[in-house]
Amino acid sequence: MKHYIAKRVLISVFTLLAITLVLFILLQLMPGSPFNDEKLTETQHAALNAKYGLDQPIIIQFGKYVVNLLKGDFGVSYTISKNTPISQLIQNRLLISIKVGGTAVGIGALIGLILGIAAAINHNTFWDSLCTFISVLGVSIPSYVFALALSYTLGFKLSWLPMLYSAKTPFTSSVMPSIALSMFTLASIARFTRTEMLEVLNSDYMRLAESKGITGATLIIRHALRNALIPIITVLAPLIVDLMTGSLVIEKIFSIPGVGSLLVTAIQSNDYNVVIALSFIYSAMYIGIMLAVDILYGIIDPRIRLAKEA
Amino acid sequence: MNKYKTAAAEDHAEPIDFLPDDFILKNDTESLRLDSGFVLQNYWQDVAKRFLSKKSAVISLVLILFIAAFAVIGPGMNAYSFSDQNLTQKNFAPRIPGLEQLGIFNGDEIISTTTGSKLVNGYRNSGLNSVYYWFGSDTLGRDIWTRVWEGTRISLSIAIAAAVIDMIFGMSYGLISGYFGGKTDSIMQRFAEIVNGIPRLIIVTLLLLILKPGFATIVLALMITEWIGMSRIARAEMLKLKEQEFVLASRTLGAGSFRIIFREILPNIIGQIITQLMFSIPTAIFTEAFLSFVGLGIPVPMCSLGSLISDSFNSFTTHPYQIVPPLIVLAVLMLCFNILADGLREAFDPKLKEM
Repeated sequence: MKHYIAKRVLISVFTLLAITLVLFILLQLMPGSPFNDEKLTETQHAALNAKYGLDQPIIIQFGKYVVNLLKGDFGVSYTISKNTPISQLIQNRLLISIKVGGTAVGIGALIGLILGIAAAINHNTFWDSLCTFISVLGVSIPSYVFALALSYTLGFKLSWLPMLYSAKTPFTSSVMPSIALSMFTLASIARFTRTEMLEVLNSDYMRLAESKGITGATLIIRHALRNALIPIITVLAPLIVDLMTGSLVIEKIFSIPGVGSLLVTAIQSNDYNVVIALSFIYSAMYIGIMLAVDILYGIIDPRIRLAKEA
Repeated sequence: MNKYKTAAAEDHAEPIDFLPDDFILKNDTESLRLDSGFVLQNYWQDVAKRFLSKKSAVISLVLILFIAAFAVIGPGMNAYSFSDQNLTQKNFAPRIPGLEQLGIFNGDEIISTTTGSKLVNGYRNSGLNSVYYWFGSDTLGRDIWTRVWEGTRISLSIAIAAAVIDMIFGMSYGLISGYFGGKTDSIMQRFAEIVNGIPRLIIVTLLLLILKPGFATIVLALMITEWIGMSRIARAEMLKLKEQEFVLASRTLGAGSFRIIFREILPNIIGQIITQLMFSIPTAIFTEAFLSFVGLGIPVPMCSLGSLISDSFNSFTTHPYQIVPPLIVLAVLMLCFNILADGLREAFDPKLKEM
């Protein structure tokens, strides 16, 4: 187990380093310069370059960059809000994004599980078809289609919920974004739960449990769900990651002041530093989640642990 | 009747009479379908039969072909071009000859504002009785019908180009990695693992910031991230097959690695490859739409489904008819490709557990 964890951690660290290098190279290759004001003279350009350390050899810039990243210092924003440290820019936004994203994962996982279990228990009935239909719909239709549909009907036509995010009513105004974001998670979990539950329900130990007289909720939750849950954890990780990217568009649609909308603004206004910083954060979160799930999976499922050790 | 008596019935006074409908088939289509494979027919006939028995997949295929046909002929069906602007005829609601007599698609739209709602008909207001925009016109006075199908054409072309290039690269990568095994495999897999560790939308976004967005660069960006899934499947299949006797036989006869990989093993896994190809097309369509939304999509005046959606997003509450057509085409395309891929997977490998 230790060997396995060490290997996973090593690969993750290496991946993160590779990403940093790629990000840094991309930063060098970016067209134009952050100082686009045409009124600037040559000397002023040079002075600005010197101020931000852009005149030093690339290798030193990279070294500095990595050290700064590790300290949580992402540099300053060039255009979005001049000279504001990016870490400060991100702080509050990250919290909002995590809140909306977390709600979406929660809703998606819970409803997805319930749907999947219901479908598996009522295999080949109307409920099963309904669940399959919902999950195919949710998996294939992009979240912003749901977002726009919700926003138009519930928000605009019926005015039940606010169309735009507002800090005064954080709960009601984040209902629609959370639902729109959760659709993909919900659908994937439902689909996966159904498959796993069907397999478990047909297994010998379930027949044994049943013949011992265990029925109802105990049978499903204690005996079936527990075994079905193990593989479900593995799909949750990539889902959370998809959610992070899905949030870019959703945040734009609902004007949520999160990291996603910041990234979109940064891309559109060529604020490279912010783009790179956010890319780094996204990548780090992505790698962190993948690593956590891999290790968790190893701990939960003894078969994997033993196989990996052998 | 006596000969139908069972042994148990002999003890009783009353003999049991069997009626013709005492025994009926269970009608378990699932197991019947599996049993039907015993008729001798070749692999592709088998696949085609299983595929055709899956109604939803067939309907999806028909819908995709239908949309693809419109993507080809749609832009030429009326006199407008996708980039012609007519600022005097902007924001006209859909108007279709024939249907307008029925009171629908007659160019009326209800514009709701904070002060209340009012009925507007751009055609009548400008006195243009013989002008028809089937899907309406957009904020720059361009015909939405033409733009939607033009956009569909570009989105589909990008997706298919990216998916095919992905397939060729990912497939070769996976097959080679799996075939040679050992150190080659180890290095190639570590590399793939690291590339896979980078969030793909991030890399696509960054790449498009450097390269100017355009058809070729978007295909390239999509390609860079999407080959991993394909390579995994190819490698897994290769590991399953490479120890089999036909490979050994081929090698004994003097076949080189290249021949074994691409002529002997590849035909055996073509089903899985096609399935994966079908799954990667909707992903590519989605990613392209996402890029447009972020502002890194196909440059104007060209349009894709994504750029149409993101352009009409700003006015989607006042002129919903502008965003609805591209949104529906996009959703239907993605849904159909997913269902089609599901159907293909089952057709190629009926024993596979359902997902």
